Amino acid sequence: MKNNSLVKRILFSGALLGIGFCAMAQNEVNVTKRTMNPGAEPPTWVSLSGFTGEAESVLRFDLYVQGFNFTNAEAAQYLISGSNNGNLQGRVSDPHSKATLVSKAYSGASLRRQAHLFADEFVTAIARKGVAQTKIAFKGDTGANSEIYVADFDGNNPQAVTADHTIVAAPTWASGRLALYYTSYKLGNPDIFFHDLLSGQRHVFARYSGLNTSPAATANGRVAMILSKGGSPDVWECNSDGGGLQRLTATREDESSPCWSADGEWICYATKMGERRVLCKVSASGGAAQRIPTSGVLNPTEPDWSPDGKWIAFTAQMGGFEICVVPAGGGAVTELVAGEDPSWSPNSRTLVYTRREGGGRRVLSLLDVPTKQYKDVSRIAGSGNDSQPSWAK
Amino acid sequence: MALGIALSFISAGCQPQNMHKIPPGYQTPIDVNPAPPIPPPGPQMPITDVNSTNVPFSSEFPGHTNWNENADQFKADTIRFAFDSSAIRSSDKSKAAAVADYLKQNPEAAVRVEGNCDERGTEEYNRSLGERRALAAREELVRLGILSDRVDTLSYGEDKPADTSHGESAWKQNRRDDFILLTPPK
Repeated sequence: MKNNSLVKRILFSGALLGIGFCAMAQNEVNVTKRTMNPGAEPPTWVSLSGFTGEAESVLRFDLYVQGFNFTNAEAAQYLISGSNNGNLQGRVSDPHSKATLVSKAYSGASLRRQAHLFADEFVTAIARKGVAQTKIAFKGDTGANSEIYVADFDGNNPQAVTADHTIVAAPTWASGRLALYYTSYKLGNPDIFFHDLLSGQRHVFARYSGLNTSPAATANGRVAMILSKGGSPDVWECNSDGGGLQRLTATREDESSPCWSADGEWICYATKMGERRVLCKVSASGGAAQRIPTSGVLNPTEPDWSPDGKWIAFTAQMGGFEICVVPAGGGAVTELVAGEDPSWSPNSRTLVYTRREGGGRRVLSLLDVPTKQYKDVSRIAGSGNDSQPSWAK
Repeated sequence: MALGIALSFISAGCQPQNMHKIPPGYQTPIDVNPAPPIPPPGPQMPITDVNSTNVPFSSEFPGHTNWNENADQFKADTIRFAFDSSAIRSSDKSKAAAVADYLKQNPEAAVRVEGNCDERGTEEYNRSLGERRALAAREELVRLGILSDRVDTLSYGEDKPADTSHGESAWKQNRRDDFILLTPPK
């Protein structure tokens, strides 16, 4: 990727990071390898022209939540132009190098899908794999009850997965599959179900006495969860068929929200030490728990480990809820925005999370971690109170 | 039910975690089937409390499916909790004692403790905290001499508030354990 603007961006972010940016510029290091700087990076400025209506709003949303912002052609690093008369045509050029990065005509599916694809091709061409064609799952309230929904990452095209007419919670994706694990009270107890979205078939995955909740699946198919069958809510894990169940914590505290490291070696979760809530990790093969320090914030819960293994996003509670990130080994925390229950995008850059509005209603929002730009997803029809999002990976 | 009691009677004696004596007299195991093998404990990882007094469940499946439920019997015995706490306050121990007395007088009956939270914690944290609250009442009942298998727990987290408004007066009502009387299906 040879272009001056890219080098300038590396220079700029290198200066921000205070590391050897000259060497980086000389070697034209791929931008995806540079360390993310949560909450401290400027947006990438682009200009958008020629699009109208839905196509324009889709492109604006997709790019804004991935760290881009909009300006005029003179100030932009990238010029995005095109048309959407029937089908979408799109072109991206770099005004400094005069290079054309994307030039495509799209057809088929819907204009909306064409716009998402164009957004992805642009993001992928200049930086990293785009996320505009990904899916999320979440819990949507339906009055006193709730159901599990899946939708496009921007909240569009929501579909109810369950019709349990009871409390459901904590959806999470089976890695690389159109399938979910979630908690449902359908059988009179919080139990974990596995639900294949292609076939529509589901089965009970964990139904032990007491609490069965907070499933989390790893790439090799193992599932971590919270069970209280041992007399206290603890972290357990098992095979994808439910066998090989082993207990990983045995405390008097209320463990919650296990999540996996990308390599499947570790499980991070929230617990208490003394009277303080903390994040810990434990090896998936057992052993002692290790604290993950979260300096500067209180009451961390709901950890989610980034797919690139580098970061843990979580919710801190200090009066209100704050979305935070910390290096996976622990250390200095960056507070990002008010919100709770973050879930990483597959490219480890954007988070989907729950934002409380006035009156206590909850809406899903997308947060670009380096720039702190966030935008709410489309309001899900018939619900209006959504939470516990999980980004398909 | 009979099987459940019988199994609990056996397994309670086998499990070192259960320190509490089973009071004689009001529970007679009948129709004793062999107890299922107790799975070996997983890797032990005490963080804070080595002398755990957790009372494990001895049945693999939720205990009293299809039993009749009565939410009114123990309505006056709802236990309320301080913010972010699962400790039963001494002023509320008499409520657990009232439930225990009823169970002693009605040996066929069982109880489900439903733990609930206010909306101020995060959702899955609250689901675990609600379970911890329900387990606190279960442990108190066991301490008072009730067989552990007569006490189910169920956490609703913040999903079943008694008062759906937002504010301390609602939150106070929502941090609670409800006791649901369970009687065998006819």
